[in-house]
Amino acid sequence: MTVAKPKILQAGDAALVVEFGTAIDAALNDIVHRLDAAIAEARIPGLVEAVPTYRSILVLFDPLIATAADIAKACLALAETLDATEAKPGRRWIVPVAFGGALGEDLSYVAEKTGLSEKDVVALHCRTDYRVYMLGFAPGFPYMGTLPEALRLPRRENPRLAVPAGSVIQGGQQSAIMPMVMPSGWHILGRTPVRLMDQRRAEPFLLAPGDIVRFEAIDAAELPSLEVRAEAGELIARRSDAP
Amino acid sequence: MSAALRVLAAGPSSTLQDGGRIGYQRFGVSAAGAFDPLYLAAANALVGNPPKTGAVEMTLMGDTYAIATGSARLAVSGDFGLQIDGTPAEPWRSYRLVRGQKLKIGMAKKGARGYFAVEGGFAVAPTLGSISTHARTGIGGLDGGKLKKDDLLPLARDQASERAESRLDPARMLARGQTLRVLLGPQDDYFTDAGRATLFASEYAITREADRMGYRLDGPKIEHAKGFDIVSDGMPLGAVQIPGTGMPILLLVDRQSAGGYPKIGVVIGPDVAALAQMRPGEKIRFSPIEAEAAAEAARAFGREIAQLKDKLVPA
Repeated sequence: MTVAKPKILQAGDAALVVEFGTAIDAALNDIVHRLDAAIAEARIPGLVEAVPTYRSILVLFDPLIATAADIAKACLALAETLDATEAKPGRRWIVPVAFGGALGEDLSYVAEKTGLSEKDVVALHCRTDYRVYMLGFAPGFPYMGTLPEALRLPRRENPRLAVPAGSVIQGGQQSAIMPMVMPSGWHILGRTPVRLMDQRRAEPFLLAPGDIVRFEAIDAAELPSLEVRAEAGELIARRSDAP
Repeated sequence: MSAALRVLAAGPSSTLQDGGRIGYQRFGVSAAGAFDPLYLAAANALVGNPPKTGAVEMTLMGDTYAIATGSARLAVSGDFGLQIDGTPAEPWRSYRLVRGQKLKIGMAKKGARGYFAVEGGFAVAPTLGSISTHARTGIGGLDGGKLKKDDLLPLARDQASERAESRLDPARMLARGQTLRVLLGPQDDYFTDAGRATLFASEYAITREADRMGYRLDGPKIEHAKGFDIVSDGMPLGAVQIPGTGMPILLLVDRQSAGGYPKIGVVIGPDVAALAQMRPGEKIRFSPIEAEAAAEAARAFGREIAQLKDKLVPA
């Protein structure tokens, strides 16, 4: 695989952007995550933090230690080595979801607008590998994609002011899970007991950029006991690859 | 037993802040941290702390504290009215208070933000490596939120050390103007030549929608060249984001880690810190700066913070 040379964009006195493209695209996003991993390993002097997104990495640095030119040079050199690097596969997670009913109040709307049955909407969601393109918006919030064409709908005209934590939602070509109560204009399909962030865990955030998520439909009756176990600190989500 | 402060009355937006939360923007966690690192460092210098030690950031109106146990050395940066046990006291100066004594921090006479620091810092457990509060998502601080009446703030020390009090003349600190220096990018190509010219030729007013997350500005519209939707990318501190309205929004310490509007430029760090002292209604201007000059300005700001302790004089 040939990797396009990224562009370096100015982003103030303490940051720069390494940009590979301007689209939402799995191959492009894969390169972003490979460079992100390479940056993490390289321990570039003065580098403070890298923030990978769909298509670029925001690299924060300490201007008292390094210049933008130093950081740009180091990142470009790492990008050149990506050709030879194997993409490290993301972790694969199975996330249980109780779809529909009061916990997924837009499932019937999504079914109606897509011309599918509720059962088919759920089935389509559950057999899609959702790639975590990036995290943002709120702590632990995964921007995942891509939705099967048949499920894509515009966002709600009127965003809800308080979408419950654990809501599994879809908007445009993306799906996501709400880590906490937040406003959102995406459609609510169901509820998962899985906690995306739990500060008691050694790794507080469940998902990392590049991970793959599969939803698994569960009965709404199973939810309360799973929520109790999540409250007690259990992960609930399972790895389907060898951890 | 370590000393503690009781909050007798809390200002409207007082939060614990330090140098900010580093390494978690990739998980969607905002950096937070002191909006004005120079004033944070000044309050810390007065009580003998390193520059980024956590302190209470106050906006326009301060808090009232009582020493609940032990004794404490404390100081306030920012031009706030102060009283100790009902007697007028001064900001920019350290004091030693013992159990039962009260410090009332009133209104900001000028500027907008000040810091209340205690010798040794607060004994608050860090969340994801920092005690900085991000109230919107409930992360950091005592319980994720703003300070409130009856909160008990534990201190790292049990007694104030034996040392003379010191003072800092704020007039000897870096002068700050109403012009913010902007480095173009990362999406300056999303704007017309006229749009870029407007940014640097116009005066903008800070609207009432101005908080730690962002300052919305009002003034001439900035013209986009190719729409105002981008695929979300990372959001640097000080980003000058231009949504569809054409009105700039400055993205600040509590900003989200990514955003989907084009950013015509980024206000450099020292000038974001200066912005922390500006209030709604004040007028600002932007001036262009090149990368090398921006780097030099950042280093000068770093030196200023490092040298604050040398500017202390006996009180």
